[in-house]
Amino acid sequence: MRIFEIAAFAVRGLTANKMRSGLTTLGILIGVASVILLIAVGNGASSAVQQSIAGLGTNILTISPQRAQPGTTAKPLTTADAAALVGADSPDVKYASPVVSAQATAGYGDTTHDIGQFIGSDPRYFDTTNSAVAQGNLFSDNDVQQARKVVVIGATVAAELFPGSDPVGKSMLVNNIPFTVVGVLAAKGSSGLQDGDDLAVAPLTTTQNALTGYGSLTQIVVQARSADALPNAQAQVTTILNGRHKITGTADYRILSQDQLLTARTATTETFTVLLASVAAISLLVGGIGITNIMLVTVTERIREIGIRKAVGAPRSSILGQFLIEATLLSLFGGALGVAAGMIGSQFTIAGIQPVLVPSSVLLAFAVSALIGLFFGSYPASRAAKLRPIEALRHE
Amino acid sequence: MSPVIEVRDLRKTYGSGDTAVHALRGLDLTVEKGEYIAIMGASGSGKSTLLNILGCLDVPSGGKYLLDGIDTGEFDEEQFSLLRNRKIGFVFQSFNLVPRTTALANVELPLVYAGVRRAQRRERALAALDLVGLKDRTHHRPNELSGGQQQRVAIARALVTSPAIVLADEPTGNLDTDSSREVLGILDRLNASGRTVVLITHEDEVAAHAMRTVRVVDGRVAGVLV
Repeated sequence: MRIFEIAAFAVRGLTANKMRSGLTTLGILIGVASVILLIAVGNGASSAVQQSIAGLGTNILTISPQRAQPGTTAKPLTTADAAALVGADSPDVKYASPVVSAQATAGYGDTTHDIGQFIGSDPRYFDTTNSAVAQGNLFSDNDVQQARKVVVIGATVAAELFPGSDPVGKSMLVNNIPFTVVGVLAAKGSSGLQDGDDLAVAPLTTTQNALTGYGSLTQIVVQARSADALPNAQAQVTTILNGRHKITGTADYRILSQDQLLTARTATTETFTVLLASVAAISLLVGGIGITNIMLVTVTERIREIGIRKAVGAPRSSILGQFLIEATLLSLFGGALGVAAGMIGSQFTIAGIQPVLVPSSVLLAFAVSALIGLFFGSYPASRAAKLRPIEALRHE
Repeated sequence: MSPVIEVRDLRKTYGSGDTAVHALRGLDLTVEKGEYIAIMGASGSGKSTLLNILGCLDVPSGGKYLLDGIDTGEFDEEQFSLLRNRKIGFVFQSFNLVPRTTALANVELPLVYAGVRRAQRRERALAALDLVGLKDRTHHRPNELSGGQQQRVAIARALVTSPAIVLADEPTGNLDTDSSREVLGILDRLNASGRTVVLITHEDEVAAHAMRTVRVVDGRVAGVLV
């Protein structure tokens, strides 16, 4: 029953200096809220990435060049490689799209825009990446054969260069080469860290002509006949490419299935989440140090009061308890407000990412905030408890 | 029956080596139950050190101190806090009330640490406040009370646990004549009702209230005036 009285002393101590208690609470509030919010942002980013990769379909393989092992020369991935992947030797491959990508600056009138991704491929590319056209048309196989300077642009590019007007049929400059816009893709939203709509797609031949030259392809995107045929397709692709590249040891290319892509990308966003969480954890730590600081000030300020309490017979444990409860109440209160702030904050889109709350992070942050009070309050509290009564009473 | 206080060859040294200060140099003192004793001495004579040790606020460097027949020599901090709570009521020159806390709560404080239940606590604290004539000031905070009233609250706090002894360190030192008279009157009444009182003073009029006066010079008892 004495614990209740001691808790009442602690509450009285906190309310005696509301401004200070409030500011200390704010430190913990910010720490807890940022832990919850930043983990939710990281989680939101990773689920966006997962969705966008899932959107690719389950029957896709991407082949990309890989650095050669020492002592060998890596052969580039070529259009011929891509063409060879479709044929009698690979019954499970439906189509293989060669892909090159480039850095490009687009201009229209006085406006310029650095396009996130300028891609050269064939019309099948739109199919494999689940890209739908919103205005105009996609380009055709004939455009690829004729190397026509046509381009399909993403929603972001359209908004940047042609605000409020229809881009279809207009001529825009890509690295000072005029391209005719034939279509605008439907907006996809951002996929985690990348704006999925900041892109332009042109025929492979045109892109190689005008921008990238005829070096290695960036990727070959292979579509298998079905999701079940994917392992067979992968085996067939491997056999054909090994033959063409005369591979005996380690391959100079890399095949990733959608699953593997997902794993790789998830790992990236997990790193991102861990990074965000550690920044948040540091702010929580800073909040905890704030508690120590304030409790030390409180103890110093109230040395006389501690002396009085000891003189009338307060045992060490009750002084310790009083100041520990004060510190824990500060951090619990801050933690509770922080949970509320974090949950409210995660309702808003942050930097293009819709945060997704992780319930365990809420629990964890709250529990940690409670422990922070105990941990960071224990030093000042034990200092208060250890004071000799006569010294405490003489303190001015 | 053993005396309330029995002190033998009490020594207290602050610091060490050349800079050591010997506040008490082998002091002997016995206080019987129901006595009223005034301790007098020049400043630096060691009288405050003596009272602090008697009140278990400080520990001696050497010698024996028996409080109510209990040898405190081997006591640890927890046992001392228990002694302070149950056996001793201490009145300070500077009142030492907990700030921003009502008179009633201040008087209840020792009972809280003694683990007395709320209802009983209130009853006993009100009785103690009544005894010092402050029944109408229970919900005033220290800064709303005069010096004399604050000291009376402090006396109520000292006697609320029915201690074996009430120790007062210059209780009238910070008070005007009227307030001093009130405070001394309360101490007289306490003693008349059987409570043992030891107080420090440097005023002869105050000492005149006591049954005997102990003079402390250079850390020793120089003489007893009955």
